[in-house]
Amino acid sequence: MQSAIETTLDIQQIRRDFPILDQQVNGRPLVYLDNAATNQKPTAVINALTDYYEGYNANIHRGIHHLAEKATAAFEASRRAFQDFLNAKHWQEIIFTYGTTDGINLVAQTYGRRFLNEGDEIIISTMEHHSNIVPWQMLCEEKGCILKVIPVNDEGELLIDEYEKLLTERTKFVSCVHVSNSLGTINPVKTIIDKAHAVGAVVLIDGAQASSHLDLDVQALDADFYVLSAHKLYGPTGMGVLYGKKELLDSMPPYRGGGEMIKEVTFAKTTYNEIPYKFEAGTPNIADVVAVKTALDYMAGLGKENIAAHENDLLQYATEQLSELNGLRIIGRAKHKIGVVSFVLDGIHHQDTGVILDQQGIAVRTGHHCTQPLMQRFGIAGTTRASFAVYNTRDEIDRLVQGLRRVQKMML
Amino acid sequence: MTINEKQDEIIEEFDLFDDQLDKTQYIIDLGKKLSPMPESKKTDENRIMGCQSKVWVDAELKDNRLYFYGDSEPTAQISKGLVGLLIRVLSGEKPEDIANADLYFIPRVGMGNLITSLRAGGLASMIERMKAFGKGYSTGN
Repeated sequence: MQSAIETTLDIQQIRRDFPILDQQVNGRPLVYLDNAATNQKPTAVINALTDYYEGYNANIHRGIHHLAEKATAAFEASRRAFQDFLNAKHWQEIIFTYGTTDGINLVAQTYGRRFLNEGDEIIISTMEHHSNIVPWQMLCEEKGCILKVIPVNDEGELLIDEYEKLLTERTKFVSCVHVSNSLGTINPVKTIIDKAHAVGAVVLIDGAQASSHLDLDVQALDADFYVLSAHKLYGPTGMGVLYGKKELLDSMPPYRGGGEMIKEVTFAKTTYNEIPYKFEAGTPNIADVVAVKTALDYMAGLGKENIAAHENDLLQYATEQLSELNGLRIIGRAKHKIGVVSFVLDGIHHQDTGVILDQQGIAVRTGHHCTQPLMQRFGIAGTTRASFAVYNTRDEIDRLVQGLRRVQKMML
Repeated sequence: MTINEKQDEIIEEFDLFDDQLDKTQYIIDLGKKLSPMPESKKTDENRIMGCQSKVWVDAELKDNRLYFYGDSEPTAQISKGLVGLLIRVLSGEKPEDIANADLYFIPRVGMGNLITSLRAGGLASMIERMKAFGKGYSTGN
């Protein structure tokens, strides 16, 4: 079957950019379909890390020597690159974090603790990752806020009518995922933000899964906060971005105390630095911040719309091929999805499925995907999840289907 | 047959398989052959914690020999097979021998990712529980 959208990318050429893909696992060529957990890194990104350590490793911002200036320039160039990537109005609105989880915790612990009070309501959705549930539960416990949850339908789509019913003048914060990591559902975040703003609530969007698949524009969305992780956008692990509107970030107290986040320290009183540095205490993850710019450039070089078209072709093909397997049920059949297919096999535990696929060289993720409440909603303990990136091919989906036939043959 | 003789036998059997998938199939089939565990024995007390799937193990002492029963939730066939494998090695032995058993067959049979997946899935917890039964029923305890 040919997809309606033709990709212009040469996937075989792209695969050569990812050295990790060229290996045997358990005697068979690796099929890597765990991209929603983390995607692989192109040689250019790996080289950027090496270049940094071999060429200009130095601590940033306060150094006056050549290497420190070079490292600082590269570090700040990444900030500008993320400003473009997210279409943020000001470069100061880009805060470097350790990842999505860190960004959400930062907002909950600074904005949340400063501005939310007893009886205030926070809305999240049923399809949140635990990282976008637990920080709010911790805040609710501390401040006496109330957590409300947007339900989902059987297809795995948010019930926007129900969301509207939850919104009241008591709603002070909405924190919602852009794209579900378990189901692949793309949520109507613009609508979610507009409706929240109409009652005066502030909105955070968890963009961990969306960032490598969708075009992002925080100004068009009018998002108050947007968080993401570099390692899900072909970049290094251990770093991420928190975007926040300048006026909000300015109003928030610092998160961690330490170097770089201060203006002046005396034992009597410490004054804090301006954003973004106010939120970047201590020596940051310089090498990874520097290298992630190469990942953004790499994606821009391919064209995000081309990546999306190719992944959409894989999604359609996988959905079609997997649907032909007896006893396979896809969990999450939303109209708008990224390249994620979650499914259960009748009579077979997802862990066994994962083990036997791995023995055939196929990497998928099994379990609850850190979304236990969503699994409870569907009445299942977990799923097997295949998730696609730009370097995946239809042949690899065929391998997955063959692998699953083998699982069924062994088990049933 | 002693515990070590049974282990050696299993090592020999696994040597016949070149492919990881065949070893896994063998383990799954062992699970399918496992004697049923009465539902009344599938209690929280007998449940092995630390497994992603539900697994239960119980033991009975007869003539100073310990006999194990085990099961998993129906879909978790690899876990069930591994319970079956441990039962084959340890069941019918003296409690002291079970408590002191060196289960060297596990790294030797080359189960590959079955071991790593079950490190998370509780193979170690299963062994620990069975040895605890051995210790509990040992003379002098």
